[in-house]
Amino acid sequence: MAVATEAITVRHLSKTYATRDGAVAALERATFSVGEGEFVAVVGPSGCGKSTLLKILAGILASSSGEALLRGTLIAGPRRDIGVVFQSPVLFPWRTVLDNVLLPVDVQRLGRRPHEQVGVDLLALVGLKGFERKYPWELSGGMQQRVAITRALVHDPAMLLMDEPFGALDAMTREHMNLELQRIWLERRKTVLFITHSIPEAVFLADRVLVMTARPGRLLDDVRVDLARPRPLDVMNTPEFGAHVRHIRHLFNVQGRIDA
Amino acid sequence: MKNVRNVAVTLAIFAGSLGAWEAIVRAFAIPIFILPPPSQVALALYRGFASGLYLDHLGYTLLETLLGFIVGSLLGFFLGTAVAMNRWVEFFLYPYIVMFQSLPKVALAPLIVVWFGLGLTSKVINAALVAFFPLLVNTMVGLKSADEDRVSLMRSLAASDGQIFWMLRLPNALPFVMAGLDVAMIFALIGAIVAEFVGAQRGLGMLIQSMNFNMDVSGQFSILLILSFVGLVLNRGIMLIRKRVMFWDPSEKPAIETSPEEAVPAAGRAVATPAKERI
Repeated sequence: MAVATEAITVRHLSKTYATRDGAVAALERATFSVGEGEFVAVVGPSGCGKSTLLKILAGILASSSGEALLRGTLIAGPRRDIGVVFQSPVLFPWRTVLDNVLLPVDVQRLGRRPHEQVGVDLLALVGLKGFERKYPWELSGGMQQRVAITRALVHDPAMLLMDEPFGALDAMTREHMNLELQRIWLERRKTVLFITHSIPEAVFLADRVLVMTARPGRLLDDVRVDLARPRPLDVMNTPEFGAHVRHIRHLFNVQGRIDA
Repeated sequence: MKNVRNVAVTLAIFAGSLGAWEAIVRAFAIPIFILPPPSQVALALYRGFASGLYLDHLGYTLLETLLGFIVGSLLGFFLGTAVAMNRWVEFFLYPYIVMFQSLPKVALAPLIVVWFGLGLTSKVINAALVAFFPLLVNTMVGLKSADEDRVSLMRSLAASDGQIFWMLRLPNALPFVMAGLDVAMIFALIGAIVAEFVGAQRGLGMLIQSMNFNMDVSGQFSILLILSFVGLVLNRGIMLIRKRVMFWDPSEKPAIETSPEEAVPAAGRAVATPAKERI
């Protein structure tokens, strides 16, 4: 079996925050890797260090110990080859939709000319053709999050980090956005690290689901999801899907009993 | 329909109160040097403008106000930026700023007239001094209020501090700065008038003072009218600029219909809440 190239490599990664009540461990010796073009979801209860992990990978937070590598090079600060999608769309109200999408291009001085068409094409890909000149407040929450996803893709990053991107959306919009994200991913094949606290969402979207424990965050299991793509929403009613969800939920329940 | 009715009611209330004022003054034979009737005020207004006297003084006061506004706002903006962006500047300067802020700035007017004379300079300095603080405080708050997530986004894109300032903090501070300008404009007018009270050779404030000595109450009323009109026009001017600069702010969208029941005070809609100011 050929070994896939690793996009993300994380070894013994720990993070402790200094607080007034002493050191609090947010992440403890996390070790995993994500293959090139792989979609990996991270699930865990609130406060399990998921966001800490993401911030370290995004280069905006330093780890306490251990190391994280992106395509073999150490992540030691903000990088230009990462696209991040946050829980809220984080759009700039004074920029049009297209100008918001082109923010990374402006910041990294990649040149507006060649990228304007890239932005327009990506907006069409996420179903926002014709919205280029609108302002964020003219868009619904789901549409705003699509703009955020487009912005994360426009500079053609090596990996996409998503921190509960659909957490603030209503259930119907969320299901729709899951389908859309899968479609975009099948077309673009970026490496994705997707953080969520919804087990069904993780199983639906991911090739692998990393299960994390409550604080301090540790990796509990690495679940491979071998469901055929593209997955329709109906896949959630299949026994295979149910088995994965049950297995992960069981892991949390067992963990809960041990902690208590 | 509703609009026509509202305008009609507004005009009726205005005409009614003027009529009542006139009637009361005549009925009780109130002396003109205590409370002049509206007809006398109108007459004084007409005479003042017809003789060219008011226009000359009005122009002078406007010049003082606008110069003071520009100087004070620019200083307030740049110092506010320095305090917000540099920890050391904040550490060493902020205590003085707080101390100075709690001082009623118009109380300095006599000193400033002594230092800078009876001419234009002392008026501009006093106006600038009063207009300075709303800009300083609002710029500071505005620059510091950039959303944490937006800063994180910029950092994740490897943006430099300069880029974060120009692309995020500055546009983000604009609603605050505009709210500060709004206040500073009126404050500058107050500063100029007070300085004229203390000692001046020209200007509407000086005119009020000399009319007061002559017990010309009708004249004073006519100048108060001019001043409130000037304040209104200056305020409108700032609002026009604000609309242009902050086209992206949803609260700047034009209201479709405004009637008393629907009218929302602008301050309630504005994104920025300007810090409380003292003159």
